[in-house]
Amino acid sequence: MTPLQGCLLFSTALFCVGLAGALSRSNMILVLLGIELMLNAANLNFIAFWRYLPSPEPAIGVIFAIFSIAVAAAELAVGLALVIAVYRHRRNVRLQDASLLKG
Amino acid sequence: MNAVLALIALFTLAGAAAALALRNLIHSALLLIASWFGIAAFYLWAGAEFVAFAQVLVYVGAVSMVVLFAVLLTRRSRADLAPTPESRGRAFSGLFAGAAVAAVLGGTLLGSTLNLTPAGANAPPPRLTVRHLGELLMGPQAAAVLVVGVILTVALIGAVVIAAGGRETARREGP
Amino acid sequence: MPPIVAHLWLIPALPLLAAGVGALTPRRSRRFAAAVALAGMIASFALCCVALRAALADPSAHRHVEFTWFDLGSGAVRLGWLLDPLTAFLCVMVTFVGTLIFVFSLGYMAEDGNFARFFCFLSLFAAAMLGILVANSLLLLFIAWELVGLASYLLIGFWFQKPEAAAAAKKAFITTRIGDLGLLLGLVWLYHATGTLVFYDGGRGCLETAALAHLAMPTAAGGLAASTAIGLLLFCGAAGKSGQFPLHVWLPDAMEGPTPVSALIHAATMVAAGVFLIARIYPLMAADRVLTDVPVHALTVVAFIGAITALLGALIAVAQNDIKRVLAFSTVSQLGYMMLALGVGSWVAAIFHLLTHAFLKALLFLGAGSVLHGAHHEQDIRRLGGLAGRQRVTFATFGIGMMALSGVPFLFSGFWSKEAILHVAGEWEVSRLPLGIGLAAVVLTAFYMTRLIAETFWGAARSEAAEHSHESPAVMTVPLVLLAAGTVGLGVIGTPAWPWLQSKLEGRAIPAQPLFEGGGLMALSIVLVAIGLGAGWALYGRRPRAKAAAADPLACAAPRIYAFLAARMKFDELYAATVGRIFAGFAALSAGLDDWVWDGLVRFLALLGEFVGVVNRNADEDGLNAGFDAAGSRLRGAGRAYSRAQTGEAHGYLCVLALAFVALVILVLWGGGR
Repeated sequence: MTPLQGCLLFSTALFCVGLAGALSRSNMILVLLGIELMLNAANLNFIAFWRYLPSPEPAIGVIFAIFSIAVAAAELAVGLALVIAVYRHRRNVRLQDASLLKG
Repeated sequence: MNAVLALIALFTLAGAAAALALRNLIHSALLLIASWFGIAAFYLWAGAEFVAFAQVLVYVGAVSMVVLFAVLLTRRSRADLAPTPESRGRAFSGLFAGAAVAAVLGGTLLGSTLNLTPAGANAPPPRLTVRHLGELLMGPQAAAVLVVGVILTVALIGAVVIAAGGRETARREGP
Repeated sequence: MPPIVAHLWLIPALPLLAAGVGALTPRRSRRFAAAVALAGMIASFALCCVALRAALADPSAHRHVEFTWFDLGSGAVRLGWLLDPLTAFLCVMVTFVGTLIFVFSLGYMAEDGNFARFFCFLSLFAAAMLGILVANSLLLLFIAWELVGLASYLLIGFWFQKPEAAAAAKKAFITTRIGDLGLLLGLVWLYHATGTLVFYDGGRGCLETAALAHLAMPTAAGGLAASTAIGLLLFCGAAGKSGQFPLHVWLPDAMEGPTPVSALIHAATMVAAGVFLIARIYPLMAADRVLTDVPVHALTVVAFIGAITALLGALIAVAQNDIKRVLAFSTVSQLGYMMLALGVGSWVAAIFHLLTHAFLKALLFLGAGSVLHGAHHEQDIRRLGGLAGRQRVTFATFGIGMMALSGVPFLFSGFWSKEAILHVAGEWEVSRLPLGIGLAAVVLTAFYMTRLIAETFWGAARSEAAEHSHESPAVMTVPLVLLAAGTVGLGVIGTPAWPWLQSKLEGRAIPAQPLFEGGGLMALSIVLVAIGLGAGWALYGRRPRAKAAAADPLACAAPRIYAFLAARMKFDELYAATVGRIFAGFAALSAGLDDWVWDGLVRFLALLGEFVGVVNRNADEDGLNAGFDAAGSRLRGAGRAYSRAQTGEAHGYLCVLALAFVALVILVLWGGGR
């Protein structure tokens, strides 16, 4: 097993933890946190590949990761604002109860 | 395979798993902070210092605060911090899905060399100065920087509007 | 060739133009309409005089001009016009008499509202008649022939509001049409046999020796020569138009038209067209004379039909009480004489009689018109009388016409022309029967004319109308005088002592003979005329009728015969019972066919269409619509079923996403993708 494979396994494991958590918890905030973990795992992937694969411009991987962090943070902020708005209406942050868009 | 890497991985994964398994939301948030610290350590190990610091600043510094605020703002009483237990079926299906994805991804990973020669596998990390990074960001990647700036601005304004809107409803419902 | 020959077409064209202009004139422009018609006729008369002079310069020539009407490829249809003495004399006669009758009509039709229309039709008729006369092609002649029939129909039915007039016009048209069928068949046969319908064509014409030699061979059914058959068919048309037995029934009824129409068409011109046709195609009719073993010669048939007609007309005229009908049957009789002359071998005598008859019959008819005009259209002679003093000029001219027609010797043209006919009939080698019939008719002619003039003019006035009758204005009496002059003077040109007309017509010099060359025959005919005149005077002139309701002396003497003659020998009833019934049967058959067969077919097709429509509708409603409805509801059901997948639960979506990703990767890896 090369170090790269090790890093990638690590990020895969983190991703799946985040996925399992998002799928199993009913609190909206925890679901969002699970999604954040998945995004972090993707960042890990970026850095792992930046570290071990050659590239013509060495800073590209890092820049990618920086932008990814920025966007993830923005997304989390908006998501939590939505959770607060939902809570204001329903006094409830259970994800199953927010199913008005069903067919 | 480096022992340091294994250690960092273990720490991070444990923290993340625990964070998502606990019923107490505050505990979840705090454990998640630890997890993020672990990821920053990994960045440092990999040689991307700047990203590590960015990670700490953003996630540990700002995001965790936001999360804590959200947790505190969405509880009706002290008792709400520990919500009712989850349904077993959902937990099981979640775990199953996660395990399936892990198996698939891990299987593909381990089954290929990812085009990496043994020499490349042990190459030193690329040298990157902050100056060089700065020049890139302000030069060729300036457009992306501006776009991300716009995204952040919009997200900020939007979040404020969504979270703070409905002053009438707040007044109606009372504190 | 004299220049008039190239412009001969103007002779019929000018009255045709006048008719066209007249058709467009409004009803109130009476003087303009009359002026246009008169101008056309006078101009045509002038051209006819020029043509006569040119024709007389070389009497034996047939000068002709042709043009191609249309090219069939295998042959061309050519029409043209022809100038020879026959054409020229008749043209002059038609235009002269026509002009006088037009002038007469100015006075006679003065109170009629449709004055302009009358003159338009008169011009049309004159154009068509002149077209018949100048035609050098049997086709062109036929076209003009039909136009003449049309003009006759229009003019007989001029007062179409009267049902009798409309019926008479229809009868005239249909009866002549029956004759024209034979004419058309003959025309087609002639074209088929000779390949041309042009009369004189520089050797190629159908009346010239080459064609006649080809036609004079016995080929048709029954051993008839082709020329005989064609000639008899063409004679059918002439018989219809000229009122020969058995197609004479339309002429008396045609008296429903205004009197100038009767004068122009049914005395002088149209009825003479048949005689002219036979004279024109005389070489064709006579072509079979050289053959000896054919069952019948064409001219023999013509002669006998003419003789029968002459006697028939005279007999019926004896018992008629309408002034115009007496004259109509008299016309029938005289036309019979003309056909008789043609049949026995002298077309020249027939044409001479035609010319004199035109003048004197027009005179008699116009005189009758003057009588009617003065006596407020009282046509029954039993209710007239005493007009001799009240209408002097009319009486005088009528008397001249009557004497000419009766055959009063020497002074009047009618005598000379009738003598010519009897003379030729006497020399006919086939039979003397026509001569005998002709002589019998001479007696009857003198008799009924005396009866007519006695009842109309002598004695006392027997009704209000006759009492208050007055002389007609000058516009009507001047033509009478002119015609009377012509009646007297025309005889001069045909006497045996100076056979000017005959020599010009035949194109060869005929030696002059002593005036009384007829000898015994002439004496016999004079005696017969005297007998007729005497008998008429004895019965009607000595003691004129006292009252309108008094019985006719002849009716008292032989009531059944008189009644039979008065009923026109029941020909109309006979035709109605036989031919009329046949046609009524055909009509009923056609109506039945139409109602049951064709109509039934159409109704069946409609039912079929309806049935198809019903089937379509059902298929559409129950098949297509129901099918589409079912498909729609199925789709909606499927949609509803699918929408149940929208649980609204985010967890569910995410779970599905993850598992689907896993499945996809496995699929790709197992499928061999890299």
